[in-house]
Amino acid sequence: MSESFTKGMARNIYYGGSVFFFLVFLALTFHTTKEMPERDNRQNITESVERGKHLWEKNNCIGCHSLLGEGAYFAPELGNVFQRRGGEAGFKMFFNGWMKAQPLNIPGRRQMPNFHLNDQEIEDLAEFLKWTSEMDINGWPPNIEG
Amino acid sequence: MNTLKYQSQAVAKPYFVFALILFVGQILFGLIMGLQYVVGDFLAGAIPFNVARMVHTNLLIVWLLFGFMGAAYYLVPEESETELYSPKLAIILFWVFAAAGVATILGYLLVPYSTLADFTFNELWPTMGREFLEQPTITKIGIVVVCLGFLFNLGMTILKGRKTAINMVLMTGLIGLAVFFLFSFYNPTNLALDKYFWWFVVHLWVEGVWELIMGAILAYVLIKVTGVDREVIEKWLYVIIAMALISGILGTGHHFYWLATPEYWQWVGSIFSAIEPLPFFAMVLYAFNMVNRRRREHPNKAATLWALGTAVMAFLGAGVWGFLHTLSPVNYYTHGSQITAAHGHMAFYGAYAMIVMTIISFAMPKLRGIGEANCNRAQVREMWGFWLMTVAMVFITLFLTGAGVLQVWLQRLPETGEALSFMATQDKLSIFYWMREVAGVIFLLGLIAYISSFWVKEKATA
Repeated sequence: MSESFTKGMARNIYYGGSVFFFLVFLALTFHTTKEMPERDNRQNITESVERGKHLWEKNNCIGCHSLLGEGAYFAPELGNVFQRRGGEAGFKMFFNGWMKAQPLNIPGRRQMPNFHLNDQEIEDLAEFLKWTSEMDINGWPPNIEG
Repeated sequence: MNTLKYQSQAVAKPYFVFALILFVGQILFGLIMGLQYVVGDFLAGAIPFNVARMVHTNLLIVWLLFGFMGAAYYLVPEESETELYSPKLAIILFWVFAAAGVATILGYLLVPYSTLADFTFNELWPTMGREFLEQPTITKIGIVVVCLGFLFNLGMTILKGRKTAINMVLMTGLIGLAVFFLFSFYNPTNLALDKYFWWFVVHLWVEGVWELIMGAILAYVLIKVTGVDREVIEKWLYVIIAMALISGILGTGHHFYWLATPEYWQWVGSIFSAIEPLPFFAMVLYAFNMVNRRRREHPNKAATLWALGTAVMAFLGAGVWGFLHTLSPVNYYTHGSQITAAHGHMAFYGAYAMIVMTIISFAMPKLRGIGEANCNRAQVREMWGFWLMTVAMVFITLFLTGAGVLQVWLQRLPETGEALSFMATQDKLSIFYWMREVAGVIFLLGLIAYISSFWVKEKATA
């Protein structure tokens, strides 16, 4: 680098640039959180959804599954599992049966543990997944397979 | 032979040793998970995948933090030209952090996660069960306490000593690390908000403040091994980290594409993350440039190799593989696929695992009282470890990329009705997963070679 570009100038770009872009980031974050109620389906958060989220966290479901594309990639995406597995008509029945059938114990197949949830807990988790599926997330994923 | 300039630098040694022990653990659990990808029921009862994954990623985070702390304790006294404010505090915090870390990992392994959550009163302040932030709340509080003590100790050292660019950059990086970790305590019921602020820890760590820490450590080692003028190296350091933050802060937007956020993030995220490879590219130019202009032949060839290696691998892993899937039209298909896993592996190894091994390679001979460098035989063994691990990681990345491309092709690109399901797709990818596992075994062999180099001595000459 040329001698006319000094260390002091580089330092000022570092401090000035990062402060400036951090402030822009904060402003965009402020605007985003103002806009999110339009999209994040928060009006439908019930106590059951809330309990469902805690169950999701308490059993570390994210350690195998992804949710809205984040998490582990060992087991299927669950952000849209509500639509994939029956929707309004059949999801809850499917989900209850699925949770109780674990582990499937098919030799060589990836195993989902049985978390021994009771019917109310399975209902809460289903409500959480249903609520999640109804967020407006700019059209992701590309198809129902997640 | 004691070649430490400041005796208090010695506190770095237990941090480095413990970091490497955890690193071995991380790799062993990685191999277990890799096998579970293809033999799904392997250890399914004893170590379910989610537990293995939590141990794998948490060990990574913790060993890197130990490495960063060791690096800071080693280089700050020397940069500040004064003894560490309190070596005793550094050692106490070491044991606190080590005990909390081991207890947390044992908790993951020995009891079901939900039981661990109950034991640690997660319901009082739920923060658990989110990717990478699985630590019980009490452990998170412990991390904050350790960080505060650590920053206090370093801050007091720098205050009474010389304030170099390396010191200041390292400190801003470490303070940023502590500040952004506080977002791990914020866990709103609304999943969209939860995820949005979760990225304040995850992205602003690895694509933000950690890069400052990496840059500072690299600059320090380059000054030492090349003898190039500090002014030149520090100017580069500022330019690189300025680029890193200017691109990386708004680059956070590439995580907000599919998250109930306004669509402008697609533009903001795409544009700024397209710039994110630049600082890594500059780092490659800078490291090679400095080594070519070196004014001394430092006897520690292995440390120089690690320094050059981390620049190159960080550029490939974080820069190139990050850019591959960072533009929103591409990310629409690759989000949460094996492409993400490929990028994650090479980026963490290249940028952070390797920078920690760079400083360990440089500092350990002095910390162990051997002198400027290990003997030639030990260095050759260490370099075997470097090449085996690095080449293995390149192949892990390539195989996971292959898996990811095929996954997108089969599962994401076709229309609903024609696309294969997730599990059916996974079956088709198994050849890639097998090859990844083989590469993982070679990585472990490299790690064994690397660790064993600590015991290699020069043959006695007759």
